[in-house]
Amino acid sequence: MTIELSINGKTRSVEAAPGTPLLWVIRDELNLTGTKFGCGVASCGACTVHMDGTPVRSCQTYIEDVEGAEITTIEAIEGKAAAAVQAAWRELDVVQCGYCQSGQIMQAVGLLTETPKPTDEDIDGYMAGNACRCATYQRIRAAIHVAAEKMEA
Amino acid sequence: MTVQTTRRGFLAGGLAAGAALVVGFTPKGALAAGHGGAEINPFVKVDADGTLTVVLKHFEMGQGTTTGLTTLVAEEMDADWDAVAIEFAPADDSKYANLFFGGQGTGGSTAIANSFMQYRQAGAAARAVLVAAAAKQWGVAESDITLEKGMLKSGDKTGHYGEFAAAAAEMTPPAEPVLKDASAFNLIGDARLPRKDSAAKTDGTATFAIDVRLPDMVYAVLLRSPKFGGKLTSFDASAAADIQGFVDARAIANGAGVAVYGTSTWAAISARDAITAEWDFSAAETRSTPDIEAEHIALLDTPTYEARPGATLADSTAALEGAAQVVEADFLLPHLAHAPMEPLNCTIEATENGVRVHDGCQFPTLTRPFVAGTLGLDPSQVEIVTVYAGGSFGRRANTVSDYHVEAALVFDALGRERPVKLVWTREDDLAGGFYRPMAAHRAKIGIDGDGNITGWDHRVAAQPIFKGTPFEAVIVHDGVDHGSVEGIADTPYNIPAFSVGLSDWTSPMPVLWWRSVGHSHTAFVKESLIDMAATAAGRDPIEFRLSLLGDDTNADHKRLRGVLELVAEKSGWGGDLPEGRGRGVAVHKSFNTYVAEVIEVSTNDGAVKIEKVTCAVDCGVAVNPDVIKAQMEGGVGYALGHVMRNQITMTDGVVDQANFPDYEPLRIYDIGSIDVHLVPSTEAPTGVGEPGVPPAGPALANAIAAATGTRVTKLPMWENGIEFA
Ligand code: FES
Ligand code: FES
Repeated sequence: MTIELSINGKTRSVEAAPGTPLLWVIRDELNLTGTKFGCGVASCGACTVHMDGTPVRSCQTYIEDVEGAEITTIEAIEGKAAAAVQAAWRELDVVQCGYCQSGQIMQAVGLLTETPKPTDEDIDGYMAGNACRCATYQRIRAAIHVAAEKMEA
Repeated sequence: MTVQTTRRGFLAGGLAAGAALVVGFTPKGALAAGHGGAEINPFVKVDADGTLTVVLKHFEMGQGTTTGLTTLVAEEMDADWDAVAIEFAPADDSKYANLFFGGQGTGGSTAIANSFMQYRQAGAAARAVLVAAAAKQWGVAESDITLEKGMLKSGDKTGHYGEFAAAAAEMTPPAEPVLKDASAFNLIGDARLPRKDSAAKTDGTATFAIDVRLPDMVYAVLLRSPKFGGKLTSFDASAAADIQGFVDARAIANGAGVAVYGTSTWAAISARDAITAEWDFSAAETRSTPDIEAEHIALLDTPTYEARPGATLADSTAALEGAAQVVEADFLLPHLAHAPMEPLNCTIEATENGVRVHDGCQFPTLTRPFVAGTLGLDPSQVEIVTVYAGGSFGRRANTVSDYHVEAALVFDALGRERPVKLVWTREDDLAGGFYRPMAAHRAKIGIDGDGNITGWDHRVAAQPIFKGTPFEAVIVHDGVDHGSVEGIADTPYNIPAFSVGLSDWTSPMPVLWWRSVGHSHTAFVKESLIDMAATAAGRDPIEFRLSLLGDDTNADHKRLRGVLELVAEKSGWGGDLPEGRGRGVAVHKSFNTYVAEVIEVSTNDGAVKIEKVTCAVDCGVAVNPDVIKAQMEGGVGYALGHVMRNQITMTDGVVDQANFPDYEPLRIYDIGSIDVHLVPSTEAPTGVGEPGVPPAGPALANAIAAATGTRVTKLPMWENGIEFA
């Protein structure tokens, strides 16, 4: 089937079988490789993108369900929360291998958009589905607090 | 392994010329075209615009080498840190060998340790020729030239590296370039030097192997035997014909499976689901985990090898006879998968002369000949393009280059014309073998009336990692695979009549080093037992350990005491704790680095919560203190996640764990805080990627024992009676 995708502010027409996860259309058809494949079963968060501003797992979002929605990937994320999160991530050198970090950042931006001043508990709850095999969690938590401060400033 | 800081040989392989394909990164780390600048030496390039590029012989899996190696060159050249670019070296043992291995490869926590002098010398040599070229051009004495932030200065004359690069590249560098004195370091030891790879890894531009895309490329997955060692007998791909994007399915030449090709990763995955295959399991692993566990335990009854020099089983048995009390226990640690976040993958394309491999390549020195051998090529016909690796934990450094060989077979089966990217799914990864071996341990420790150890009979049973691999000659001696007993057979603790016996378990299922190798199980058992002995002796766990490390002439003792004393101070050891809380400690030397950790847990209705981890590390000179802290944080997390709840099990030879829900990773809520402290040191730098791992598991077990009285001897904890909040 042919789908009109609204992604990163552009409309793209893609050919894909029904049931194709958005993840693989983004990566293999549209060549937006910042969004990562980690598990394919919604249990790691590496594939997180925004759908109408809300973080979703693109590996479990099917292509036929996204028509009409606005998709944003790490390559085009912008706004106050995104700028604060990316700056905080760099300031604290959160990344190790970096493979999970696109997803972590997309999720963290979602958190700060909903809850601009999160507690540790808010962070642990909202970020629970984003796995980091390098275990950068402590810095993720700290960077979200730093980003929250940046947003206030 | 000793730390070599030889001044000789930073150009060990000479200055062999040749057009090398390099993947370049801009100063902010994004992918850029290869640089065309002057090659001052194999590690240093300078562009006409003054951009300094450091060529990295070690790959980046998150451990920080892009930052660490770059620091060493930039320090000696007084470069402007933010302006330094990096690129990964091509495969070339003659220039880029790991000085500890002799071939090009990353592992064993050696990247900084083997490169510390070499990269500084490379930077100092480049500086020397740039200064000489500037002196000539300006008509001033070399001693009148100073360097600051990438600019050469003399009087009112200033110029960047690029202005002298062409002339400098023609000069012969000094054989013994003058290195900076440690007191003059600006970058080495800077606690807030930004990582080189942070920017690209936070905006989606960092390229990992799985992101490689080539014209006309086909995506592939492999349908593998559900049991290790099974051979393909037939397959039926007719049902895949209807899958949109399905290209073809072909048996690979070694009989290990069916390559399934598609126009996208998803097409290949969907087509594979529709294909059925028949297998010959006559040589396959068909046992189940409970039987495998029982076999390991049975092997402890009669050890095959004596693995600890200085004492035999007869010695420890005799010493135990007169003991006032004996502490004894069996331990069982499960098979573990590495599960790096980026699933394994590899892309191969044809070149005019052979093939090009795109990979987050950890061991080019092995990958090259293995791929060449698979395709009937000479190693010189195999190029390797190294890109960022999304974690490894040991998995990407494979003794038989398993996933590269598979990729070569999959490329071959389609006719060697189209570029092929082979991708592993997470299911392929968890069921794919090359696990941390299961390990069974048994110990009997004698304690006298004064609370001192009189003898220790220790036994290990595990599948050997190194036997039958290219590393056997170096690591296996008199039948003892050091990878099975390192950390226990060579413990620096001063313990009399301490024997270590070893038996090998064997299987067609492949095993591999897993972050910290043998230490991943020996430290757990050793440090749990030391606590059990301390408790039996009625002594404080830290005081007890210090008493076994009392030899001032022994450098290991001094440094182990140093980290123990620091961790005791920083963790508030001995201070009062609220009801239901407990602290545990462990200390371990691995990869020539010394780490002590204290973990504090709380309990609530029987559920354990890890509140606080305090870590002290002595790794010699701290090149990048913040990277070291990050590696300790990551090592602690990696260890604890597995100790808490991970295991690979099998039923009739088929792996039970399919995906992360069955191999639940550590999550953000699992650990309250991790606090890392560095012991100041002027010793040669040693590794940090692995040494944070070994003490974490036993420190947790000891904390749980302190808080609840329950002693964990079988892992993972939550399958064996420990509930986590
Ligand atoms: S790849 Fe989508 S959650 Fe893991
Ligand atoms: S940084 Fe490696 S998985 Fe998160």
